Amino acid sequence: MLQYAAIVLLMLGLYGLLTQRNIIKIIISLNILEIGLNLFIVSVGFVDGGLAPIFTSVNNSSNLVFVDPLPQALVLTAIVIGVGTTALGLALAKNIYQKYGTFEIDEMGEE
Amino acid sequence: MKNFLALVFTLFLGFMIITALSNNEAFPKYGEADVSTRVSQKYLDRSVNGNPGEIIFREATNLESGPANTVTAIVADYRSFDTLGEVTVLFISSLGVALLLGSTKQRRMELDFHPNFMLKVGSRALFGIILMTGIYISIHGHLTPGGGFPGGTMIASSMLLLYLADDEFRAKIKGFKILESAAGSAYVIIGLLGLLIGSYFLENLLNNGVLGYLFSAGMIPIIYVLIGLKVGSEISGVIDNFLTEESV
Repeated sequence: MLQYAAIVLLMLGLYGLLTQRNIIKIIISLNILEIGLNLFIVSVGFVDGGLAPIFTSVNNSSNLVFVDPLPQALVLTAIVIGVGTTALGLALAKNIYQKYGTFEIDEMGEE
Repeated sequence: MKNFLALVFTLFLGFMIITALSNNEAFPKYGEADVSTRVSQKYLDRSVNGNPGEIIFREATNLESGPANTVTAIVADYRSFDTLGEVTVLFISSLGVALLLGSTKQRRMELDFHPNFMLKVGSRALFGIILMTGIYISIHGHLTPGGGFPGGTMIASSMLLLYLADDEFRAKIKGFKILESAAGSAYVIIGLLGLLIGSYFLENLLNNGVLGYLFSAGMIPIIYVLIGLKVGSEISGVIDNFLTEESV
């Protein structure tokens, strides 16, 4: 059932993206959407009683049950891309604020 | 009205996704995933090119991919080309931030408060510890959780601490740019070396050694440390761009 909680988070982010008119809130919504998606992808690879896919001196054999490492590797990529897009979005927001003095999209362009 | 439409749309979409996924034979229930039928099992067993048998920690030698951390094996070995693209995306985004916010004459953005002596000294002591932890995590990426990306972010967070705790601090951003380009070029050069000496791009040319030791996995630790340095300097550059403004 935990997978569906991630879907709820994803939809929450999408709702924020559709309704918010503030640039910072749009970026936050985008991040919530992304976190929901990342949680969903990781949860797809979970195995009950599975170990973290790392060989250590305790979990020292490949015959043990490990969780799926591939979704984790893909999510690692997705997180980094997310950081990049967030940084770029915040830079744009900073420039917009310097020009218009507001983050609200509706109040822009009145000067 | 618009909000209501958005609510209906998201509820409908969420309902569609959940009904499509529940009771779907191709989509396992939570915790019941069968890894042995997936391609990931080959990564876990290191059996993409032939089967090495059971892998024992600190005994298995000459595996096709040496890191004890399977996620690292995927990120920096099996899918290393993908990671090169990912690093490029991060580079382009930091370049975009620098283009949008940077200018030639820059000064430090003023803080609302003036840090006292204790805060400055304490943050400098913490800075060293956080920096060392970041470098440790980068170097041990093939053995423990973490790796270049979290380690690099930790290095950048130590920079952020200094920026926030000291209103006169300004990192030597030129050094970061040189470090970033050197690390990025070294990654590509390692890839091209694989093409020149070996048979394919980013081939692991060094001996994989015994699984589980610090000096193992061939080129993976080198690549991951390079990624750590690159990510750390890139995000530090982004932080510097956000905390400086044009001088009037």
